[in-house]
Amino acid sequence: MLQQAFNGLVGGSFYALLALGLAVIFGMLGVVNLAHGAFYMLGAFGAFIALDAFGLNFWVALVLVPLLLGVAGAVLERLFVRRLTPLDPLYNFLFTFGLALILQDLVRREYGVNSQPYPRPPELAGTVDLGLFTYPAYQVFVLAVSALMCVAVWVVLTRTRVGMIVRAATERPELTRALGIDVGRWVTPVFGFGIALAAFAGVLAAPMRAVNPLMGADLIITVFAVVVIGGLGSVFGSVAAGFAVGLVSALGNLYVPALSQITVFILMAAVLLWRPAGLFGREEAYR
Amino acid sequence: MLRVDGLSAWYGEAQALREVSMRVDEGEIVTLVGRNGAGKTTLLRCLMGLHGTYGRTMGTISVSGVDVTGLPPHARARRGLGYVPDDRGIYATLSVEENLMLAPVVKSGGGPEPWPLERVYETFPHLRERRRSPGTTLSGGEQQMLVLARVLRTGARLLLCDEPTEGLSPLFVQRIGEILREVREAGTTVLLVEQNVHFAASVADRHYLLAEGRIVESLDRDQVREREHQLLEYLGI
Repeated sequence: MLQQAFNGLVGGSFYALLALGLAVIFGMLGVVNLAHGAFYMLGAFGAFIALDAFGLNFWVALVLVPLLLGVAGAVLERLFVRRLTPLDPLYNFLFTFGLALILQDLVRREYGVNSQPYPRPPELAGTVDLGLFTYPAYQVFVLAVSALMCVAVWVVLTRTRVGMIVRAATERPELTRALGIDVGRWVTPVFGFGIALAAFAGVLAAPMRAVNPLMGADLIITVFAVVVIGGLGSVFGSVAAGFAVGLVSALGNLYVPALSQITVFILMAAVLLWRPAGLFGREEAYR
Repeated sequence: MLRVDGLSAWYGEAQALREVSMRVDEGEIVTLVGRNGAGKTTLLRCLMGLHGTYGRTMGTISVSGVDVTGLPPHARARRGLGYVPDDRGIYATLSVEENLMLAPVVKSGGGPEPWPLERVYETFPHLRERRRSPGTTLSGGEQQMLVLARVLRTGARLLLCDEPTEGLSPLFVQRIGEILREVREAGTTVLLVEQNVHFAASVADRHYLLAEGRIVESLDRDQVREREHQLLEYLGI
């Protein structure tokens, strides 16, 4: 059972990284990025292409792919998302949804629907003895590096001036502008950063998940449930909910396998009945 | 200091301001008095550049002789406009000290000296004690002190205060009066939205009476004193 719990936490790492990016983007821009899963998928394919076509190993890809996709995200925000934000939120909904479909199909056209193989980095090929059981070293690495990334983002958000501005702009964008801060200037890097986090999760996923065009679409539904459970726009909530959902669905898988596909949604319904704004969400107090 | 010419504003089809023209001279404290819905808050929001997201505006606004009509809110703040919104505008996700430090210090010189953090804490010792707590855990009066301290720390030259005394105890109202007079001495100009006519008369040099989006009267301090009862009746308080 402990091993299953560990599996859950590793799976939860991906939820947490993706939910974190979604939460930051939603908080700052008010945009629900439906293309988030597609960028996760592009991250995994980025790692695959880097190895296949350029001979760049996992470690290079882990740095390079999120950077490149993050820049692509920033350009996307500048060119499209920014123009749609002042309009009905539905426009960005449609835009990011359409973008996800386009990205998926472009990759499918090139690589088909079959999963591409991606080897584990040789440094992490073995297993680690965790006392009660041995566990693949790569999975331990994924959990550690995801947790570290979440902590790093948390520190930046709570301890730095940039983080302070992001929090302020998330809570009261208009007032923050009136206090002399050019909120618009921060929106682009924040969007790019959220995308980079998704790509980072994608690269991490490549050696242990099937690399195929639909991997993001499969995952993102759960991630949206995670974000809702954590509280829309709550950074801490989305990370905590990410790991919690991973854990719960793994244990659910173990004890009630028949419900494995829907445990997360049962959890979401239960949380929403108990706290309509999510676990760490604040009721919308302002216009 | 501030000059407004023919300012009109709409919420959709509804007109909230009708060709408002007014001025506030350097070092003056001027109040906008009027009933709820007269357009006071809308006027301040237009001055700060915040109305654009809700509807159209027309007319011109200039600060220290520079036309700021086309400038976004953050650029106006950097030219020395300090905004105190009607709902206080304390961030729950920021500590008291972060609430103070968020707004950048006004760059363009010639205005009043920005208050260093140390001076803020000397003037409001309670803020120092609570500096690590979330901003919204302060009492109403302390929150208002925090909001005032926030704009003073930036060295704003023209404070736009939207009902700073609303819902406060007489002690805090008196304290706000003292602070406003003190910053005026230091060269700060203040435009104050106020329902409390008695308070307005005690701090302000001049008053504009706003009704249905128009400025209907301009009164000086003595006129307000003489007509306080009539004004109170008019405001329905």
